[in-house]
Amino acid sequence: MKILYSLLAVSISIAFAWVGTASGGLHYLFGVVFPAVAVFLFLFGIVYRVVRWARSPVPFHITTTCGQQKSLDWIKSSPLDNPSSTLGVIGRMALEVFFFRSLFRNTKMELKNGGKLVYGSAKYLWLAGLVFHWSFLIIVLRHFRFFLEPTPVFVGVLQNLDGFFQVGVPVLFMSDILILGALSFLFFRRIVTPQLRYISLISDYFPLLLIIAIAATGVLMRYFLKTDLVAVKQLMLGLFSVSPIVPEAISPLFYIHLFLVSVLLAYFPASKLVHMAGIFLSPTRNLSNNSRMKRHINPWNAPVKVHTYEEWEDEFRELIKGAGIPLEKE
Amino acid sequence: MTMSKKHPKPEELVAIDYQPRRRDWMDPHVEFRKGTFNYSANPKSMEYLGLPFVRKWQPTEDDWKLPPNWKEIILNGLRERIDRFRSLRIFMDICVRCGACADKCHFYIGSGDPKNMPVLRAELLRSVYRKDFTTAGKILGKLAGGRELTIPVLKEWFYYFYQCTECRRCSVFCPYGIDTAEITIIGRELLNLVGIGIDWITTPAANCFRTGNHLGIQPHGFKDSVDFAADDLEDITGIKVNPSVNRKGAEVLFVVPSADYFGDPHYFGFLGYLALFHEIGLDYTFSAFASEGGNFGLFHSHEMMKRLNAKIYAEAKRLGVKYIIGGECGHMWRVLHQYMDTMNGPADFLEVPKSPVTGTVFENARSTKMIHIAEFTADLIKHRKLKLDPHRNDNHRITFHDSCNPARAMGLLEEPRYILKNVCNHFYEMPENTIREQTFCCGSGSGLGTDENLEMRLRGGFPRANAVRYVHENHGVNLLVCICAIDKATLPGLMDFWVPGVSVGGLHELVGNALVMKGEKERDNDFRGTPLPGKEEKVHV
Ligand code: HEM
Ligand code: SF4
Ligand code: SF4
Repeated sequence: MKILYSLLAVSISIAFAWVGTASGGLHYLFGVVFPAVAVFLFLFGIVYRVVRWARSPVPFHITTTCGQQKSLDWIKSSPLDNPSSTLGVIGRMALEVFFFRSLFRNTKMELKNGGKLVYGSAKYLWLAGLVFHWSFLIIVLRHFRFFLEPTPVFVGVLQNLDGFFQVGVPVLFMSDILILGALSFLFFRRIVTPQLRYISLISDYFPLLLIIAIAATGVLMRYFLKTDLVAVKQLMLGLFSVSPIVPEAISPLFYIHLFLVSVLLAYFPASKLVHMAGIFLSPTRNLSNNSRMKRHINPWNAPVKVHTYEEWEDEFRELIKGAGIPLEKE
Repeated sequence: MTMSKKHPKPEELVAIDYQPRRRDWMDPHVEFRKGTFNYSANPKSMEYLGLPFVRKWQPTEDDWKLPPNWKEIILNGLRERIDRFRSLRIFMDICVRCGACADKCHFYIGSGDPKNMPVLRAELLRSVYRKDFTTAGKILGKLAGGRELTIPVLKEWFYYFYQCTECRRCSVFCPYGIDTAEITIIGRELLNLVGIGIDWITTPAANCFRTGNHLGIQPHGFKDSVDFAADDLEDITGIKVNPSVNRKGAEVLFVVPSADYFGDPHYFGFLGYLALFHEIGLDYTFSAFASEGGNFGLFHSHEMMKRLNAKIYAEAKRLGVKYIIGGECGHMWRVLHQYMDTMNGPADFLEVPKSPVTGTVFENARSTKMIHIAEFTADLIKHRKLKLDPHRNDNHRITFHDSCNPARAMGLLEEPRYILKNVCNHFYEMPENTIREQTFCCGSGSGLGTDENLEMRLRGGFPRANAVRYVHENHGVNLLVCICAIDKATLPGLMDFWVPGVSVGGLHELVGNALVMKGEKERDNDFRGTPLPGKEEKVHV
């Protein structure tokens, strides 16, 4: 059901853009208005989310430590898995963000006959996740050839690396294959594993399907149903310079692609995709384990009623005396 | 699964079905089956602590006698906490339901109940958050994964937030470090707002608030226990130690969990502390008021944690000590390491801990001024200040259980291992995925260690026990060493159930056994009264 709803949402988006531009003549709407609104929602939404997170304080120092603490000089500590300095935290975060360090630890538990538990290595999620995210990043960066004139140098470098194998005309980008492969894996994993299917929501299937659709329409345009790239660049440059023009010659396929991206951008801040920003603010990961070295301040440090020594002594005075324990007041 | 007899059998518990049920998890459903939940808090204890909505109720009853505006109270409480805890807000927002945490929880592994996957445990609260605090949830409701807060949902919270030992194992594996323990802690806080708590937490907290320790031991009782231990130690070693209580002007205040001087096998470690401190001539005192380092307040609410912990610095100040040493206890060290300075500090009236024997300055406790006994002892051993005879522990083939909190909220991994390797000859690690930061909980932490909850504890402890069984079968391990009072209280039962033939001991019990004290008599027995290796015949003549 949930998969169906997600599929439906993506299909309707595609149909909407297709009908709108192929027969509705709404090129301006799909080429200018929607993308502009989406970019606005994206930027505004992300800033809003981050500001909201940042406004909630971090009252306690709750680092999750994943290695030896820094204590005695002669005991080797784990500066990256249990950092005690800011530099260590930067290292830890970099490993998380660029290489999904924690996910790399993943294991799969199995209960064997006779009641023995074994924990096997389970790196596929890590691998597919990493491949998807890196491909996504590379593809986004490659797109800058449409957004900026002259095309930035890094785009050329990326294109050369990405098309390293020089297969086909136009040259096949590895990231295109990899992203579709990784996304398919992530999607089927959710459907096939009973536990994952059990926990998955519409908001888990939908972004996967949406990104698959974006990548697929992109691949279609690049390798099969060619689009007028000069016109596309005109449109994008117009958008980015806030003086939009709508060239005639662009195919509906392009508008479908662009609309799906608009949906992704608009949806992004309201969804789990904000993990992109949230990961940097996660207190279990971005705090160094120095809570005994340095006092951490809680801005709302709640006042509480405590039981004082004097009250305690008053209540138990005779017993304390009888036991020969020193008193404050005889 | 139905459990007919009072005590389940291992074969029954191990028949675990990991296939999720047909019923959608969003449809709240919970069955309070005997053996898998905890009884409600005693009204007297609630009253003593000044908690709201004191009343008699039990989880099995239909009507929990909630206040009429319970929903409003909880939702307001949630709003307040979202604004107060960035952790909560972030953890509510960014989970991608990748499932990496799912099979990392010992309660899921031991029960197969999908709502014991950390991700779903969190979703129980997250779904309500989505419904009431996000735009998408407000408009789309269930389509956006939102759930109305209803009484069945509340009952689910109660059941599953008390099937989490706040061990943080899930947090190690989550790509964003989402810590379900944090969610559980706050979830329990919300439940307590409407007078829903469990007795095994509330009553120890009330005792602790009143007498200074969870067991409710009064000052003279405390003094008796300490004196009693000194006598026992004299019987074994021939040396009279002279521990003091509430003595002003001592250099060190020593705080232990109360089970250390009352529980078995904790007590043997307590003898170890006394022997060690006497041997090095440490100028220390106990406090009969700060007679508890453990803190069941952590399992109740942040406020309760702060209330109970206040006495430690207060006593250090009153007694005029220079710094504090803390004994072997897991959750106690979570509080001391990550919360105490923030909540009860600053400890500017104390000095940076410095070992009077080795001169080592404990820079890692520069601000808190409190060090772990394992740090202190490891330093002594490294500087060869102790004469140790590891052969005295030769009857034991030992493995070490990392307690959750020292491992994942501190990183105290090598200190105890270093000590162990110096005080015994036969030490074997459990498999890699079950130790250090990946250690498995005893299954009874965070206030769940009651008899009424036995089945769930045995299930939750199953992964731990399984790893012990591995070293038991492969290396003949017969002693499970740990540095936590709850472990020492609950692992013996867990071992008897899953791995008969393995007993449980504390780190400083072994230190005490191995420690050769100046002027001691020839020892025949270890601290438990069993003959030392090579002394067996003597005892029987
Ligand atoms: C700082 C940047 C980011 C980091 C560190 C990051 C990290 C992660 C990690 C560790 C996962 C879990 C593993 C997995 O399922 O792949 C994940 C999941 C996911 N990420 Fe990201 N991410 C980032 C940015 C993005 C962006 C920009 C998008 C795209 C719009 C995105 C889309 C997704 C999706 C759709 C999933 C879920 C995959 C699934 O359902 O299985 N992420 N991310
Ligand atoms: S590992 Fe983290 S992100 Fe993945 S499902 Fe669990 S809590 Fe969510
Ligand atoms: S904190 Fe521990 S008990 Fe709680 S959900 Fe995570 S793994 Fe399970």
